[in-house]
Parts: sequence; structure tokens; C-alpha cells
Amino acid sequence: MTEVRTLDRVVIRFAGDSGDGMQLTGDRFTADSAVFGNDISTLPNFPAEIRAPAGTLPGVSSFQLHFANYDIMTPGDRPDVLVAMNPAALKANIADVPRGGLVIADTADFTTRNLAKVGYAANPLEDGSLADYQLHALDLTGMTVAAVKEFGLSRKDASRAKNMFALGLLSWLYHRPTEGTLAFLTTKFASKPAIRDANVTAFKTGYAFGETTEVFAVSYEVAPAPMPSGRYRQISGNLALSLGLVAAARKSGLPMFLGSYPITPASDILHELSKHKRFGITTFQAEDEIAGVGAALGASFAGHIGVTTTSGPGMALKAETIGLGVMTELPLVIIDVQRAGPSTGMPTKTEQADLLQVMFGRNGESPVPVIAASTPADCFDTAIEAVRIAIKYRTPVIVLSDGYIANGAEPWQVPDVAAIPPIDPQFATEANATDAAGKPLFLPYLRDEETLARPWAIPGTEGLQHRIGGIEKARDTGAVSYDPANHDEMVRTRQAKIDGIVRDIPDVVVDDPTGPDGSRARTLVLGWGSTYGPIAAAVRRVRNSGRQVAQAHLRHLNPFPANLGEVLRSYDRVVVPEMNLGQLALLLRGKYLVDVHSYSRVRGLPISLSELARDLELEIDALPEPAPFEGAFA
Amino acid sequence: MTTIDRPTITSGGLAGVPLSLEPLTRKDFTSDQEVRWCPGCGDYAVLAAFQGFMPDLGIKKENTVIVSGIGCSSRFPYYVDSFGMHSIHGRATAIATGVATARPDAAVFVITGDGDALSIGGNHLIHILRRNVNVTILLFNNRIYGLTKGQYSPTSELGKVTKTTPFGSLDNPFNPVSLAIGAEATFVARTIDSDRKHLTSVLTAAAAHRGTSFVEIYQNCPIFNDNAFEAVKDRETSADAIIPLTHGEPIRFGEGQRLGVVRDPRTGEFSVVEVDAVGVDALVVHDAHISDPSYAFGLSRLTDSGVLHRAPIGIFRSVEAPAYDDLAREQVALATDGRANDDAALQDLVNGGDTWLVDDPED
Repeated sequence: MTEVRTLDRVVIRFAGDSGDGMQLTGDRFTADSAVFGNDISTLPNFPAEIRAPAGTLPGVSSFQLHFANYDIMTPGDRPDVLVAMNPAALKANIADVPRGGLVIADTADFTTRNLAKVGYAANPLEDGSLADYQLHALDLTGMTVAAVKEFGLSRKDASRAKNMFALGLLSWLYHRPTEGTLAFLTTKFASKPAIRDANVTAFKTGYAFGETTEVFAVSYEVAPAPMPSGRYRQISGNLALSLGLVAAARKSGLPMFLGSYPITPASDILHELSKHKRFGITTFQAEDEIAGVGAALGASFAGHIGVTTTSGPGMALKAETIGLGVMTELPLVIIDVQRAGPSTGMPTKTEQADLLQVMFGRNGESPVPVIAASTPADCFDTAIEAVRIAIKYRTPVIVLSDGYIANGAEPWQVPDVAAIPPIDPQFATEANATDAAGKPLFLPYLRDEETLARPWAIPGTEGLQHRIGGIEKARDTGAVSYDPANHDEMVRTRQAKIDGIVRDIPDVVVDDPTGPDGSRARTLVLGWGSTYGPIAAAVRRVRNSGRQVAQAHLRHLNPFPANLGEVLRSYDRVVVPEMNLGQLALLLRGKYLVDVHSYSRVRGLPISLSELARDLELEIDALPEPAPFEGAFA
Repeated sequence: MTTIDRPTITSGGLAGVPLSLEPLTRKDFTSDQEVRWCPGCGDYAVLAAFQGFMPDLGIKKENTVIVSGIGCSSRFPYYVDSFGMHSIHGRATAIATGVATARPDAAVFVITGDGDALSIGGNHLIHILRRNVNVTILLFNNRIYGLTKGQYSPTSELGKVTKTTPFGSLDNPFNPVSLAIGAEATFVARTIDSDRKHLTSVLTAAAAHRGTSFVEIYQNCPIFNDNAFEAVKDRETSADAIIPLTHGEPIRFGEGQRLGVVRDPRTGEFSVVEVDAVGVDALVVHDAHISDPSYAFGLSRLTDSGVLHRAPIGIFRSVEAPAYDDLAREQVALATDGRANDDAALQDLVNGGDTWLVDDPED
């Protein structure tokens, strides 16, 4: 009888060749764990090449999953378990596995040729070099082929089911429910009965192998994580963004027009929204990034919500049109799912280095609100917030996501959509002034006193014909103007309109629990975007070490929340972790004259929580004692 | 948006655009902005023709949208009392694609020039043409950059001496009509700024066409490229220079109608011949409705690529094909299929397929 051991959390990494189905395997394990009630966080990691040469290091695709009986913040730094389907997968990932970790390797692919391909002189499964790990070298392929023999598939097709054998084995090892995957396979391969039966059989055989073999002395349980009551689903950032956009369109009562050009890692939003035309969403795959945003802006002029989705290189191309959106003061939502740059950079790897580009990457004084999503689920609310600001203030709004949260998944308590507040487009319907002769007149740049937004008058509205464009506008009339004083006023007014959004966004909330002795933290960790998970996890670890540290996270990056300066100045030290060379830190220093400490990692991967926690502890311990108060007796 | 049902045009390029209940005049399409082109600029004539023909379309002016790019001609929207956007260089066609797709009740015009449409905007131009978005494009071709003060353009003749080409330009020019037909545009025509009657008739046909209508307008720039179209404008020479294209008519022209166009049955190539030498029956009878674009493309090659001496004028091609924006709206309508777009539907979508319930007794 196998011993059953209970764990709080496990990190598993499935790694194999690009064609080995590792993403699917990881997805299924995630779905089964989510349904089981664990908290989950995932990190898919795959090459940009669709099919890199088989068996090579560049061709390795992996999927890391962290599941736990408590709320977790990251997909984990280091896997407790590595499933390696070939020598390349072992070589590319073994350094991340802590000594003592579990390694399951498929021996079938460890041939002399494949070993040589990745520079192994000897077979690491046999030469003792993995003696520090719990190594299980199993012929997963061979067992799969034998198990599915009855379905008459070629050896090649039969061996393709090996990922399901591995999934079955892992499902047994961690006591996962199997119904979800079985139902999934039955539906997915409904039209190919032989393939369906092979995959189902491989999965079941893998599970049974775990149960009957004595290879594994221990199996593990990870209990469900306590979560508030409600309905949950698993969601990735790109899916949440897409659903948020649909919800915002519904809540505004307006049709939505998405003009986009495919680019990694943003394309999934275009894919997803293309399916939801029934919600009044038109999707347009443009000839390039410029046409995508151009058509979206045209649709906005016509009374739709114009949206465009892209990544860093696409943002560079859209800059001029966003500037036109600033000048014409039309609603427009631009989503930048950031990836590692510059230039093409590393398209499938994550980064946060577009912040300064989206803040300043346009000609002239061209202020645009910028908001960032912090987790996959948070993308939903962020998309709605972007549409709300764009419509209310008649302005382009930039949303920053990144490859990490775009592809990563977590459980999400599904919101009650009826509770989402409506967004009123408040189209102009009639003249808003009178001319000298007392005749009604429409002034397209006459502003709302509170928001400074101009009227949105759409084609087809009688009497409201007007012309807009990229040339400087005269105040109120919107006529072409080269008047120096007018330009100065308009530049300041456009800035004031965006700055004024500060009155319409919440203060930044600081998580700063008072210590048992009533003391407070002297160090604040401030982040933005997808670093939320690693920062929150690191902060938890630092607090567990007995140190005090405060945490705050920004959604609104332009304008910043009203209380941000005060918050920054109330700590002796502010540390800003970012996946760039200190872009938010630069903005904070410039605006608030606070000496924030930048903590930067640009490896194309999420910031490591254990590394961050250790470095925060060092930073906190090195903080000099506050100078004694000298004024009392002066 | 629209709250009352309004009578609309029921077919052709303007189908779905509401009719004006009162007759409109040229003045109704004139904005309060002072027109600021150079004295003698051909743009004035095009603007006058445009403002003259718009009332005849019978549509509401607030349902007219004019989108332009950058350049002299692109100032055009400011002068027409409709909805208008003077956008950015080369992108008017992309922006107009969004407008036209969003609004079936709008008559959408693009005003562009040879630099705007064929240099920086070349990509968007070919793509709007291949998609066949229901937009009418007026390309003002003056074969020069005017607003930037006299550099050669993508339609300038080889060897042209300008500020940037003091030793003569090295680039082969585009023939805009050939380019449009090459992109399989469904309506392609050419006209001349100074021929008000022809200009009006071509614009009227272009507006009536469903899908992208592409109209090249030979337009004189008196400052930087004066007399570029002298051959087709001068009364002395125009009879021999203009090859008039009239659907259903033999292609015949010249002083005393002595010239005509024939097509080599072997190569498909068109050439100009003395009618007396071949006989009237040998002339090509123009058919703008031939679906294969090779015919219209061949005709377009009768245009000089260098200094202009001769060019076909009229409608080269006018064929029916589904318009992109109609199809895009149809997909949305089909997907909707009468189902409510309400919170319940949204909730179903947001819930997705695989959900699970957590019932925490401590809640």
C-alpha cells in the first residue's frame, strides 16, 4: 500500500518537445486542480518557433503549475516535480529543480543521437549524475504504445498519446479528479474515435500504472484552498481582458469595433473577440498595426467603442494614430500585452518595459491615461475601467498587460454582471451654443466643466456636422488654429483633462498591518502590473520572517492616485520591483522627488519571489535606525 | 443613435443612407471655413464639383462623412459642411474602413493625393480596394508633393527634376488606375479637374457603386507642377490626347474621330490605330462590366508613364461584388440571430463552460 502524504503546495513542470503536447497536459492538470478546489497559478513557457527542430534545446516547451491549499500568488520559482519527455527537456530544466526533487523522465527518447543533440556525453538517467534527485526513468512512450495497440494506430500516432499517459500518472500521484480530462478528451477527439480512445486509454493506463506499480512509495494530497463562497472558473489574462471588453460594450450599450493585427502575445484577444459577434462586436484583422488602430479610431468617430490590441512593436507603429486620438479627443482603447524587447526581443517572454513608451512615445504634449492589470483575473476589471475612462473623458486609454498574466491562469470568482455599473456614452444630440444672431450652434470643442471632455457627436446627428483632425484646434469651435495663445491653452487643457481623472480613481491602498507591539513598517514595496503576484508572495514571506513591510500596488499609472505622494513620503524606504530597468521608479522620482529604490529584473520571466523576499529582507535589515529626534529641546 | 425611421436610399452605394426631406443646395454643403488653396489650384474645381453634385444625391448632409489624410487636397473636409476628419498621412483609407464598417447609414468619402495614397498610404489603399469597403475614394493626382513644397511624388515621371532630384528622379512612377485594377478594385475611373461635367458624372457613378470606388482626378498644381496635364486640358491637343471610355461605345477619339483602340487577340494588348486602316468594326467596344480585371488593366496601360501626352478618361471598370462592410455587419447580425444582448447572455459568457461552486460554511 502506497503511503499518502499531505502537502500544502506543489509546483510541477511538464517539459518536452514543442510537439509533445506539454501545454495541453499542463492545461488539463490545471483545470482538474482548479475544479478540485486548489488555488492555482500557471506559467506556460514556449518557444516562438512553431516547430523548432525536434529534440533541441530551443524546441523545449514547458508548462509550470503551482497548486496549493491556500491562496498563492505565483506559479512558483522552482518545480518540486519535473516531467521531462526528452533529453533536451531535462537539460533545459534540471537546474531549476531543487536537490531532492522528483524527476520523471521518458526513457524512450534518451537515445544516443538525442543525447548528443543537446551535448550529453553519457545518459544522465544512467550515469548517476541525477543521484541527488528522486529519479524515475520510465518508458512512458513504450508503455503508451503497448496500451493503445488495439486501436490500430501507427507507432508515431500511438506514441503521441504519451502526454496523456504522463498526465494520468501525475493525476494518480497527486490524487486529482479524472472526470474533467476524460470528458475533455471525449469531446476534443469526438470526430476521430481511434485517437479519442487512444488518449483516453493512455490516460487511464497512466493512472493505473501509478496505482499498481511499486515504483512510487508515496502519493500526495493537496487539500482544497479555502475560498469565499461563489461560482469559480479558471481564467487567463487574455481571456479575462476579452470578456471585460465584451462586458464594457454591453454596459455602455454601444457596439464595439476591434481593429487588430496578429502579434504575440496579444493575438488571443483578437481570436476570442472574433467569437463574440453576437454581442455586437465587430472584429477587423487589419493589414498592419497602423490600419488596426486607424480603423478603430474611425469606428469611434462613427459612434462605436474603438479598440485595438497589440504588443510593444505594434505600439511603436500605432503611436501617430494615438496622437490623433489625443487631438481629436475620441474614445479609444489600446491594449498593450507587453513582451520582452527592444525590437522583436523575445516574443514569447514577459517584460514590463513599455511603460515609458506608452507614457511618452508620441510627438508633442500628448497625455494618455494608462492603467495596468495585476493578475489574470484583474484583466477583466481593468478592461472595463479602460472603456469607462475612454468614454467619459473622450480620450485614448492604454491598458498594460504582459505575457506572464496574458497566458497565466488562476481561479476567478465569476462576477455578477448585473452589478457592473453602466457606462453612459452621453452622445451629443443638439446644439450647445448660439451664434451672434441667436441661431443654434454646435461647438465640438466646448468642454464639460467638470471632466473637460468635449461632446461626442456622431455622424447622422442632425445639425451637429463638424470637422476634426490632427491640426491644432481653436478652443470651443474646433476650427484650425495656429494662434500661439490658443495652442498654449489647448496643450494645458488636454493635460488638465487627463490629470483631472485623478478625482475619478481610487486612492492607492497600502497593506501595512501593525506589528504586535504597535509598530509599523518603515519599508514600502510598490509595484504595478503583473509583479503583483511575486511581490505579494515575497511580502508574505518577509512578514513570516518577523520583519515588517508594507505593500501597495498601482493600477492607475497616469494619472497616479491622488494620495500616492503622501504614501511614498510616509515610508523611510520605498522599493519598486519591476521587470524593466526602473521605469516606474523614474516616474515616481520625477514627480514626487522621492528617492525610491529600483529593484529590476529583465530576464523575460516573472520576478522570482524567493529572490525578491531575500533581497527585501537585506534591504530592510540594512535600513539605518531613524535619526533621534533633535528638535525637542532646541 | 437614430430614433425615428427615415426614408433611405434602397440600392447601390448609398443604400441605407437616409434621404434629406428638404431639397439641399450647394450652399448646404459649404462650411463656414475660408478655402485656403493657392490661387488657380485644381482643388477648387474639384471642391466646386463635389459641392455641386452632393445635393443631387439627395442624402442628408449629416450622414455624409469625409475622411482625408495629409497633403493639400486633404484640407478638403474642412470646406464641406458634413462630418469630416482630417487625419494623418496615408491613413485615411484605414480610418474610413472603420467608419464605413460601423455605419451603414453613412456615405463615406476619402479625399487623398498621390503622395498620401500611393506613397505612405500605399498599403492601406491596396487593402481597402481588395476588401471592397463601401467608400468612394477621390485621389487628387498632381504628380508632385505640394504641401511640402515641390518634391517628386510616386506619380512623377522618370527623370523629373525637383528639389530632391536635381539630377532627375530615378523612380518609375505608379499608374494609379493600373494599381487599383491590379488590386481588383470593383470601380475604377479617371477624370480631370477642369472638366466639370465629366468630373460630376464620374463622381455620381462612383457614389452609386457599392464597394470601393476609386477615382483618379488629374489635378493641376500651378505652383510646383504647372501644366502637367496640359496635353489633356488644352483645347488644341485634348482631342488627340483623351481616350474617352464610354460603356457600350467603340473606343474612338481624335480630331475627326480618326483614332481608335484595338486589342491584339493573341496578346490581349491594346493599341491606338488609325480607324481608316482597320475599319470601325475592329475597334474595341468598351465594356466596364467585364469581371476579369485584365481587360481594364490593359486599357489603363494606354496611359503615358512619362510626360503625359495621352490617357484614357472615364470609367475603366465597374463590376458588382460583395462589399466588406456589408459582409461584416451580416456576420454580426447572423451571430446575433435575434437573441437578446442582455445581462443574462453576458453572464452565460462570463461563466464559461467549466465552473465550480465553492460553498464555504464560514461565509
